[in-house]
Amino acid sequence: MTLSQPSLDAAVDALTASPASSLRRDTIRNILRQRTAVVGLTIMLLLVLVAVFADVIAPFEPNVSMLDLGLPGTRGLPPCIHLLGCPADQTQHLMGLDSNLRDAFSRVIHGARVSLIIGLATVTVAIVIGTLIGAVAGYSGGRTDNVLMRLMDVVLSFPSLILAITIVTVLGTGLLNAMLAIAIVSIPVYARVMRASVLSVRESDFVTASRALGESSVGILSRRILPNALTPLIVQGTLGIGGAILEVAALSFVGVGAQPPTAEWGFMIASDRNLFFSAPHLIFFPGVAITLSVLAFNLIGDGLRDALDPRLNR
Amino acid sequence: MSAEPVRVDPDRAERLAEPGAAHLVEVRNLVKEFPIRGGILNRTIAVVQAVSGVSFDIRRGETLGLVGESGSGKTTVGRLMLRLIEPTSGTVRFDGADITYIHGGHLKPIRRRMQIIFQDPFASLDPRAPIGDSIGEGLRIHQIGSQAERREKVRRMMDLVGLSPYHARRYPHEFSGGQRQRIGIARALVVEPDLLVCDEPVSALDVSIQAQVLNLLKSLQRELDLTYLFIAHNMGVVEHISDRVAVMYLGKIVEVADRETTFRDPQHPYTQALLSAIPVPDPERRRRRVILKGDVPSPVNPPSGCRFNPRCQVRAELGGPAICAEQEPALLDLVPGQGHHQCACHFRGSGTAAPSTAAAGPASAASPAPGGATPAHGG
Repeated sequence: MTLSQPSLDAAVDALTASPASSLRRDTIRNILRQRTAVVGLTIMLLLVLVAVFADVIAPFEPNVSMLDLGLPGTRGLPPCIHLLGCPADQTQHLMGLDSNLRDAFSRVIHGARVSLIIGLATVTVAIVIGTLIGAVAGYSGGRTDNVLMRLMDVVLSFPSLILAITIVTVLGTGLLNAMLAIAIVSIPVYARVMRASVLSVRESDFVTASRALGESSVGILSRRILPNALTPLIVQGTLGIGGAILEVAALSFVGVGAQPPTAEWGFMIASDRNLFFSAPHLIFFPGVAITLSVLAFNLIGDGLRDALDPRLNR
Repeated sequence: MSAEPVRVDPDRAERLAEPGAAHLVEVRNLVKEFPIRGGILNRTIAVVQAVSGVSFDIRRGETLGLVGESGSGKTTVGRLMLRLIEPTSGTVRFDGADITYIHGGHLKPIRRRMQIIFQDPFASLDPRAPIGDSIGEGLRIHQIGSQAERREKVRRMMDLVGLSPYHARRYPHEFSGGQRQRIGIARALVVEPDLLVCDEPVSALDVSIQAQVLNLLKSLQRELDLTYLFIAHNMGVVEHISDRVAVMYLGKIVEVADRETTFRDPQHPYTQALLSAIPVPDPERRRRRVILKGDVPSPVNPPSGCRFNPRCQVRAELGGPAICAEQEPALLDLVPGQGHHQCACHFRGSGTAAPSTAAAGPASAASPAPGGATPAHGG
């Protein structure tokens, strides 16, 4: 970025000059002031654009073989880019052809759509269930708290990927079940975060004031405690999206996740791994895609954590 | 200012002194024990006796000051009264009805009539709610009025406590401590309660702001016909605002009297010691300072008999009579049947074990000493 600091500040101020609440405005400003978070946001924005416009960007259908189109092709064809000297009479394949003679570039592009949905859906399910468990445990305390949290400890005591594989094996292989498994394994994280927030907010004077005013437990949980616990949950959730993408890719790589012919990055790496030495690009590009998306969410998560941390407020 | 009290609103004083003045709150033998758990089995290994058998009344329209040092249980008493924590035993009657064990839907209408303001103005407001929402919370919970009426009520209440209407959309972090305390007061009063428990409402504030908030509380009390339980550890503040004062020590009330009597003629040795600790802003004046020995004993294992006996200067002067450590003194009328000055000591008043051998004469123990806050004229 070549902008000088004052002009950057001015741009940030202009961007955030909406009449939105001052808290939100401060938060957005704090995030935009962090270079790593901005990098993460940019990558994520690109990913979202690619996912939304996948049909427009991808030159081929992701699941269509060149054979079906009557086009010539070689298994594991290296990238053919016209600008870089690939003969014009040959079909252009930016990332080459995979073992089924499908355009790897189109598959990577469509993979963004699959992966983003995986990340969002998995984390949403995990957050909703985890928050509920954590809130109930933290608010009621005593025996309920003990039972729920020990249950979470049981889940945490297994290596998460192994447990996820076990769950998928029981439920049956498939992308949906893989997502469900990853969601189940990551519930304890959100439950713990929520419980910790509830415990710290529960005894505060403003909650006591609500109780003195006659607010019900449900009202206190939803109107007072949840909004104040949201910050760590958002941070954890953002980091969790990256994690979920990675873990579902891992399950697909092992073979219990996405099934053919889904254009899922982990599955793409797995299906062409026997071409590792002859066509490494088939593994390289999906790998880069996974890395970039995980990196993006981790950077945003870190940025959010810093931006929402009141101790760092300037 | 002369030694004569001139701060009492004559009408008010008359009204409060009225013999039949109904009690808004009657607290009887209130006990709260907090268990201390430990060990592998998480069993109760001890109990903290935060409040052990406290009885008092609050008359309609008065301010009862509740003083005592940290750990004496005064905050716990306030929260027990409001049913924010459950008592171990005892009863709380509010406006004639026993509210000690009612729950849920029956408690809600009572909640509206008793409110609380807190010590820490930073912790008492939800940092994520605009203050207009915080103030209007009670109206929403009790579904008072339409949306527009609520907004109007909030606006009027903000005006009453000295906030501008345009503040309503701002967040707590944009306000100073004094302003936040006003917001807390507005939130408590918007539901038009009868009783307000003020839990050290000025201890966390700047001295100059303290006077503002105290005077605001006083004028609100007149305008809205409120009854206060004013919890504090600053004697000057208590003298400024209270009509009557109850002194607590280690979970028990040791003395109750009207404000003038408490400050001019304290009877209980602990009250005398407490009052002698008020600084007098006059280097010429010399005064007997009662320095108490030792620390406040642990409420987990309070002394037997009178809880004050290990530190009591009167007991020391009397040569340590055994009764102090053996028998717990009851909170009795100093003059039987009069009822406006009660004291829990074996060597004071009607129940005196050895009358007037007590060396520390009450009149000599403490001179009337106005404390930190400059009393404003409460006319």
